[in-house]
Amino acid sequence: MIEARNVSKWFDGQQVLFDISTRFETGKTNLIIGQSGSGKTVFMKCLIGLLSPEEGEIFYDGRSFRQMDAKQRRQLRTEIGMLFQGSALFDNETVLGNVMFPLKMFSPLSRKEQIERARFCIGRVGLENADDKYPSEISGGMQKRVAIARAIALNPRYLFCDEPNSGLDPKTSILIDNLLSDITHEYGITTVINTHDMNSVLGIGENIVFINKGHCDWTGNDQTIFRSTSQSLNDFVFASKLFQEVKKFLEREYEA
Amino acid sequence: MIISSIKSFGRYCSFMAQVFRFPDKWGIFGRNTINEVSKLGVDSIPLVIIISIFIGAVITIQMTINIVSPLIPSYSTGLATREILLLEFSSSIMSLILAGKVGSNIASEIGTMRVTEQIDALDIMGINSANFIVLPKIVGFVLFVPVLCVLSMFMGLVGGWCIAEFTTMLSVENYVYGIQSFFNEWYVWYGIIKTYFFAFIITSVAAYYGYYVQGGALEVGKASTNAVVSSSILILLADVVLTKLLLQ
Repeated sequence: MIEARNVSKWFDGQQVLFDISTRFETGKTNLIIGQSGSGKTVFMKCLIGLLSPEEGEIFYDGRSFRQMDAKQRRQLRTEIGMLFQGSALFDNETVLGNVMFPLKMFSPLSRKEQIERARFCIGRVGLENADDKYPSEISGGMQKRVAIARAIALNPRYLFCDEPNSGLDPKTSILIDNLLSDITHEYGITTVINTHDMNSVLGIGENIVFINKGHCDWTGNDQTIFRSTSQSLNDFVFASKLFQEVKKFLEREYEA
Repeated sequence: MIISSIKSFGRYCSFMAQVFRFPDKWGIFGRNTINEVSKLGVDSIPLVIIISIFIGAVITIQMTINIVSPLIPSYSTGLATREILLLEFSSSIMSLILAGKVGSNIASEIGTMRVTEQIDALDIMGINSANFIVLPKIVGFVLFVPVLCVLSMFMGLVGGWCIAEFTTMLSVENYVYGIQSFFNEWYVWYGIIKTYFFAFIITSVAAYYGYYVQGGALEVGKASTNAVVSSSILILLADVVLTKLLLQ
């Protein structure tokens, strides 16, 4: 479990996160949702340790990130997998090279075992025949899957995903969502996904945290989100024409 | 302006402190260094050869045209060509040219890694990204740069020889006698020592600008330009200091 306690963050004197406290459960897909510019990426970077919050603390299964020394932080990082918005694959490495990279750096496995493990992870994301391809030779959806394979190569305890569906078509988005959900349940990982895709919210939102203008306005799940009384959340959820129609339909259902 | 420069220098020093750590995996560091020798050093050989031959030829022509006096011996053209190449061209001017090629290459490569979050990915994995990316570039180029310097000296002299051989401006005998006359071996070492410093400036300054890029493709281009401008100025400054220290 990852816990954020009273996290606040400033940039150049301007506060962007306001006293956020929330929990991300183990073995569940935890979603951070919110509009662009709401502070969810900053919050995620604070969770991972790429940014240091001026106030508050982050706990990884009870271990305070702030109180860890350099060696402990280094150890923690080997337990973290990260899927970036743009995949962040290494351009000069093949698909196999990218997935093998964390194994080469951190695992005691022999080269043969590293290749086997990397091939297993590539197979797990359904890219068996792409070993020798470079990132520039594969599609955006395939790049995301390679990034997932790289993120799970070291059997991480925590998986962070920054907008995994951005730039993908709806069908590929669902495929990525399902893959992340399956991996989370299969390996019992604490997965935290930063998204503003409502399909993801409804599809895999087992625990949802809504960030609005740097505040944590609401927490719940895909079942309770439509019944929320939070005005800011409703404005976000029902912003699209499709979901406005869904809302009307649900209201008619409730009346009936 | 002054405060901003001091801040930049402080950040550069702290960046170098991050870079100069023991690598996590020596095997991977060794392989990366060999790759950088190939990419930054070996790939620069054609440019060094072409420029050195032509500049050597031009220096010889200009010396032949300008040194016209019965009081000056005819072998002076070869001697002056050699001294210019050894003392200044093959070290300083060649480094300025390489700052354009190698410096912009490094700044744009690392800058692109920054904006596409590849550096963040390394940091998340717990890897010292500055050390992992930059140290092989600095070590690789500093190790190989004496080869480029000596090659440039040799090819510059070959350029001058071509003028003697294929034109009637001066005789080959006079030119060859000139480049052998009053030879001071220290001048070769002086050139090589200078290029070590210049190679460090080119790689470290370019890496610094690339590593701290913020924004997108436009900023990568700006960082690349700034890297070349800053390293060129620093090379000229270091040239003055090193010349004073090494030749006096």
